[in-house]
Amino acid sequence: MFYILALFFFTPILLTMAKITYITHDNTKYTIEVKNGLTVMEGAVQNNIPGIDADCGGGMACATCHVYVKEDWFNKIPKEQDGEDDMLDMAFEPKKNSRLSCQIIVSDEIDGLEVKIPPKQS
Amino acid sequence: MNKTDALIIGAGPTGLFTAHQLKLIGLDCEIVDNLDKIGGQCIELYPDKPIYDIPAVPECTGEELTNNLISQLKPFDIKFHLSERVEEVKKENTNWLVKTSNGNTFLTPNVIIAGGVGSFEPRKFVPKGCEQFENKSLFYSVKDKSIFNGKTVSIFGGGDSALDWAIELSKNCKINLIHRRDEFRAAQATVDKMQELVKSGKINLFTKYQMANAHGDQTLESIDIKHDNNEIKNLKSDYVLGFFGLIMQLGPIADWGLNLNKKTIEVDTEKFETNQKGIYAVGDICNYPGKLKLILSGFHEGALAARACFKLARPSEKYRFEFTTTSSNLLKRLGKKE
Repeated sequence: MFYILALFFFTPILLTMAKITYITHDNTKYTIEVKNGLTVMEGAVQNNIPGIDADCGGGMACATCHVYVKEDWFNKIPKEQDGEDDMLDMAFEPKKNSRLSCQIIVSDEIDGLEVKIPPKQS
Repeated sequence: MNKTDALIIGAGPTGLFTAHQLKLIGLDCEIVDNLDKIGGQCIELYPDKPIYDIPAVPECTGEELTNNLISQLKPFDIKFHLSERVEEVKKENTNWLVKTSNGNTFLTPNVIIAGGVGSFEPRKFVPKGCEQFENKSLFYSVKDKSIFNGKTVSIFGGGDSALDWAIELSKNCKINLIHRRDEFRAAQATVDKMQELVKSGKINLFTKYQMANAHGDQTLESIDIKHDNNEIKNLKSDYVLGFFGLIMQLGPIADWGLNLNKKTIEVDTEKFETNQKGIYAVGDICNYPGKLKLILSGFHEGALAARACFKLARPSEKYRFEFTTTSSNLLKRLGKKE
């Protein structure tokens, strides 16, 4: 009985989601509930949102999951790894607010995040 | 026309080890790669970066891994066709007829695609005005540096290629170096050398700028570069060089009638065969439930695909499993036994 109760109690925590909005180049908006712990790239790929290629599979070894992060969010999500900016040099039309979506991990803190997908990745 | 038991597309780690496995079991093979050197992504993207997850190799760089794989192929005679891209794969009776960009043709019962994420192509400038000058005044690599003597050359990029060429060409040309941010990803010594040349006026450095447009009638006259704050500068330029790294394009592989899933090829996990008999896909480019894009997975996939090739290349013989520790057949092929 305890285990069943425990399951009910913990399940919502394990499955906590954050709302991520992807805006494609033609301004179509997709708002998706993405599980905490996944990356913004995985959220897009698993939900078939067009425009994110992620050729390397999320290893920061290409620049084909490139997104623009809305300014107010950009400063709130720090870059965790040194090499991301180097990789972004090779992205299609990098801007000041460019990020690799495989390097943004979904959590409660980024609930409501909006990212814009560039017209192409390669 | 080259006849071979198996043609491997891609000379990265997976392609190289697949060649080893084919030769070991007594089959011939040849390798085609679009790059001008052996090693694939390991050599093009991370020659100096250490890899820590190759079994029994605690640490090695992309370049070391490639060199070790090449030396593992030493006992065998394998023909490499570099700087060549496979353009066409067509069925001809029980064989595949393969044509490359250099006009080479191969007739083979087995084609193994070990193509990573496709072939490497330079990342190009985005503004539309740039295309008309491509290969005339605007290049993504340098073939003959003497054409730049005494000219004004605008170089874009922040990596080793951009900085190396800026330093080299500053001896005989007027150089503008343009990069989208203040940090450079080139080796520190190269960055220091570049900064020195900026101080002494040999290189004009523009950071936080990107290409906005290219002007000129027949030949290039000037370019516009745009700052992060939208300010535009016009720079007189005879030549433009862009070094934004390489991107990977699936290219002609998309037209060979294979079952594709995004940019990967669907295979079975027994032979790593595609939906076309005699065409296999191994390494990063293949896809099956549970696929991991690790080098070690590519080795496993190549070993199995090689065994599958045996059946089509030697239909009247039976493949027998042997160990290199004990089989005199294998030891002979490896040159360890007379």
